[in-house]
Amino acid sequence: MQVHKYDVVIVGAGGAGMRAAIESGQRAHTAVLTKLYPTRSHTGAAQGGMCAALANVEEDNWEWHTFDTVKGGDYLVDQDAAEVMAKEAIDAVLDLEKMGLPFNRTPEGKIDQRRFGGHTRDHGKAAVRRACYAADRTGHMILQTLYQNCVKHNVEFYNEYYVLDLLTVDEEVTREDGTTYMQKKTAGVVSYDLANGEIHVFQAKSVVFATGGLGKIFKTTSNAHTLTADGMALAYRAGIPLEDMEFVQFHPTGLAGLGILLSEAARGEGAILRNSEGERFMERYAPTIKDLAPRDIVARSMANEVREGRGAGPNKDYVLLDLTHLEPAHIDAKLPDITEFARTYLGVEPYTEPVPVFPTCHYAMGGVPTNVNAEVLQDNDTVVPGLYAAGEVACVSVHGSNRLGTNSLLDINVFGKRAGLAAAEYAATAEFVDIPENPTAFTENQLNAMRASTGGERTSTLRTELQETMDANMQVFRSEETIKEALAVIADLRLRYKNVQIQDKGKRFNLDLLEAVELGFLLDMAEVMTVAALHRKESRGGHYREDFPERDDENFMLHSMMYLDPESSTDGTNGIRADTKPVVFTRYEPMERKY
Amino acid sequence: MSTPTKEAAEPASKIDMKESGGGGEIPSFDVTLQVRRYDPEFSDEARWDEWTVTMYGTDRVLDALHKVKWEIDGSLTFRRSCAHGVCGSDAMRINGRNRLACKVLLKDLDTSKPVLVEPIKGLPVEKDLIVDMEPFFQSYREIMPFMVNNSPAPTGERIQSPEERERFDDTTKCILCAACTSSCPVFWTDGQYFGPAAIVNAHRFIFDSRDDAGDMRLEILNDKEGVWRCRTTFNCTDACPRGIEVTKAIQEVKRAVLTRSM
Repeated sequence: MQVHKYDVVIVGAGGAGMRAAIESGQRAHTAVLTKLYPTRSHTGAAQGGMCAALANVEEDNWEWHTFDTVKGGDYLVDQDAAEVMAKEAIDAVLDLEKMGLPFNRTPEGKIDQRRFGGHTRDHGKAAVRRACYAADRTGHMILQTLYQNCVKHNVEFYNEYYVLDLLTVDEEVTREDGTTYMQKKTAGVVSYDLANGEIHVFQAKSVVFATGGLGKIFKTTSNAHTLTADGMALAYRAGIPLEDMEFVQFHPTGLAGLGILLSEAARGEGAILRNSEGERFMERYAPTIKDLAPRDIVARSMANEVREGRGAGPNKDYVLLDLTHLEPAHIDAKLPDITEFARTYLGVEPYTEPVPVFPTCHYAMGGVPTNVNAEVLQDNDTVVPGLYAAGEVACVSVHGSNRLGTNSLLDINVFGKRAGLAAAEYAATAEFVDIPENPTAFTENQLNAMRASTGGERTSTLRTELQETMDANMQVFRSEETIKEALAVIADLRLRYKNVQIQDKGKRFNLDLLEAVELGFLLDMAEVMTVAALHRKESRGGHYREDFPERDDENFMLHSMMYLDPESSTDGTNGIRADTKPVVFTRYEPMERKY
Repeated sequence: MSTPTKEAAEPASKIDMKESGGGGEIPSFDVTLQVRRYDPEFSDEARWDEWTVTMYGTDRVLDALHKVKWEIDGSLTFRRSCAHGVCGSDAMRINGRNRLACKVLLKDLDTSKPVLVEPIKGLPVEKDLIVDMEPFFQSYREIMPFMVNNSPAPTGERIQSPEERERFDDTTKCILCAACTSSCPVFWTDGQYFGPAAIVNAHRFIFDSRDDAGDMRLEILNDKEGVWRCRTTFNCTDACPRGIEVTKAIQEVKRAVLTRSM
């Protein structure tokens, strides 16, 4: 066991992690631990843009952006956080430009902007050009630019270091009124070096989680193989609650059968969806902004067209994204990568043929609860000193029950920066917390048990069964029946997971072993997500219950908070305690969500 | 104000559907993979392993590797992440050419013969298809791959015309997969050579109108291990999964070394 000591340890090197590292690295002794080489992170797969009310091409202001974000999230957004994000969006874009990001430009040489789903002028009057972009590879440019600036500032990376445990200690604290509670404090993390299998302990005053999402819980997903809910699961196992885990975004336009993302920018640039009858069906579901309605609405509309028999293709199981009325030169200039995806992976020529698409699991709105300073909360309002989270792993909550397109690239930049600043500032005065005794025992026991197991279960078999049940039962339409079906499968898989046997017995680059560990994260988070979905007996944003098709503000205008608690049980699932947290309102009263 | 390209007219609410897109169903087929294996923990010798697996129409080489790893031999080791050609993890030699395994469709290969899969060349092999990427990233870091601008920052953005932006567009597409550098015969014999990827990333800044450090990068690349080692074999251009005209970019950097005052 090797022990390292840093003021700040950042876990994850996607957009949020590297944005944090650029701030923290200049102010405090900082290390970034990442299970991938930094430029492999999935931020690079984001395509369409990053919204900010620059008003470079038409009138706009950050208050409209705030409103759109709140309404897009079906009013489950914490409005103070949305306001921070929309306001700081402008500087976030300008920061990136000054770091060198090659945005597309207007004829005047300013950053160009385009339309995106749910982003409107003056509280919903019409679509607005708010998304700053670099062709359809905005995420790629952000990831590269942030990495370039990490190189510039000599940020220290530990590449291919998996973090497998979060070390915290509990201290009894007495309140002013004499009552006591257990206060968590951050001590560090336990990490596994992929190259040689060695375990390292990183003691740190501040730990920033920026580990991304959980798309691999589902079979059809736009997410990378490596998005396995690691950070959420580690926080949860360390006693941190998870907020709003039932809300998953299914992006409308995944390549049919593959899930590979085709950016909403296609629709922002004028592409439309059609059913097998050639009908532009979004005119029925969202008469004002049609194909540019928020993603949850478009995804559900598509699934409904298929369900009602108007799907296209031999199995009538997808709809069509039609770009054929757009000029090829326009497509080449604005959407080069995604049209290439259609050609490469489906053999479809988007100039002349509509592209088969179907919703694909894309984004987790929920995650590790934080306040607007990216400080992690151990309950509804108690900060865990020294622990921060930003990006998809976190729930601030700026996305509520449905994230607007482009707001994730914004989220990672705004809250990544805030996390890096806050982590460094805290480390400047805080003391190290002593590492608990035997800090690597949990991790080593887990890995040794897996290496020694002769149980005969395969990681890939269990993972496939999980992904198939989640696609079948927890996608855009859910009901008590389907959710319970998923829960039963998950319970069975959790039992079988104890018998997972790996084949690679070596120390070097043992991805067989790490995939088994990652499956554990996926199973834990699938269970939390499913229990949360059962608990929320209403339909809101990305969570649609066929047995409760209306939004129910009376009973459910609340964030869900799920705790790991061996003493508790929620709706028949042992070990999970369900609680709620109030939504923060500032200026917007909930209204019916129409587009 | 307007955007550089014109917008299309509002599309029709309903059109006649002749053929719905979708490229038709491709039946399943068998593929034999021959993979170069090496794990110094167990043997100093590399070996070839061979498996035959049943695959489907839209499957790629990466899917076949996963099928082997997940269903036959869990010790088969390779890097991958996004699985659609944007993260750059899975560059490997497929039938002797550098490709991303997630971008090569099996149906496009001659499956009557085994598909040969090897690690990319010129970087030390760590295990199976995994190579040590450090030398590659070391070269990248040496060319100052970040914008340097010494003038006071404006309140808003720095102004750049669409034409100035277009000038370096091609080289912004690089995903650092190393397919180009590890396809270069010069790099195979001289690991000190900066290699195409580092030069591409230098190009991206040298031709960015906002950057002030072009001359410094040109000086770095005027080194004996710099651009002059390039023998324009075009392997790099062929290998680039992003379609970057790598050799052209190197030629432009060479020309800039000659024409800019140093």
